[in-house]
Amino acid sequence: MIICKSADEIRLMQKAGALVAEVLLQLEKILRPGVATGYLDRIAEDLMVKKSARPAFKGYIGRISSRAFPASICVSINEEVVHGIPGKRIIRDGDLVSIDVGVELNGFYGDAARSYKIGNTSKIVDRLYNATLDALNASIDKCKTGNRLTDISHAIESRADRDGFSVVRDFVGHGIGKKMHEDPQILNYGLPGQGPMLKKGMVLAIEPMLNIGDSDVEVLNDLWTVVTADRKCSCHFEDTVAVTESGPLILTRL
Amino acid sequence: MSYFKIKRGGLAISIKEGVIEAEGTILEALPNAMFRVELENGHKVLGHISGKMRMHYIKILPGDKVRVEISPYDLTRGRIIFRKK
Repeated sequence: MIICKSADEIRLMQKAGALVAEVLLQLEKILRPGVATGYLDRIAEDLMVKKSARPAFKGYIGRISSRAFPASICVSINEEVVHGIPGKRIIRDGDLVSIDVGVELNGFYGDAARSYKIGNTSKIVDRLYNATLDALNASIDKCKTGNRLTDISHAIESRADRDGFSVVRDFVGHGIGKKMHEDPQILNYGLPGQGPMLKKGMVLAIEPMLNIGDSDVEVLNDLWTVVTADRKCSCHFEDTVAVTESGPLILTRL
Repeated sequence: MSYFKIKRGGLAISIKEGVIEAEGTILEALPNAMFRVELENGHKVLGHISGKMRMHYIKILPGDKVRVEISPYDLTRGRIIFRKK
């Protein structure tokens, strides 16, 4: 069942979302070739703790493996789609790095992700980046009362189709609130006009994931990192969006 | 963090919002494939056998432990959707 949040609750979620946005901003500043992914994780965790928030990913038990996620952010590079575990991997020129940040502040969750092009990226990676960002913005525009859930999904798929990119089918966006993952599941593909009607107070984490190659993905032996089956590049963006009477309110952008 | 898609009968978008699943034991068999079920929380509901179970000729007898789907609109009626071994 989709939980609608009151205006006060949305205000609290806005604070959580603002912190997520701030962490991403700080990470963007230190992101450059030569940086280790584990370093980004430590900086992010510090920031969250300093603001009295809890890193939402750390210890989160996964649905695929029932193994706890060991870090505070996900760093996914190139063929890694999502849930990359930060560690000793060094970011290099030409990489497409996706960072996913989640916090819990005052009982509410915020979840957002950004992709970053490091140095000189190839033209197709640039197109993938633009398409994914566009897809996110196009789908956020659909988050108004009266629209249906799959209007969001369809917006993502059509933008991907325009460039010939595929969408990841095995992972979905989700409702968010007092728990990180709530109903509904938001597919990244599908026909519009189906599913529940969007109502005031719904808070959704929309996360388009686009692939240069095929949509098939696999999970690595660490039981968390998701990679494209054909090992081609994938891009991921995410924002937490509240549906309000005056249209979509993006909680995770400053 | 992305969520791994759960397929509920092939649909990730659940048309059934708000059904409550409960477990219980069959108390007695009534006519027309209806059964009186005592749930784990003590409630007694009137349950009917689901079409899928009918289709597969799954028999239910008093004493069987079953899973029941109850609508929030009427908590005294349910649909028996699974018989546990």
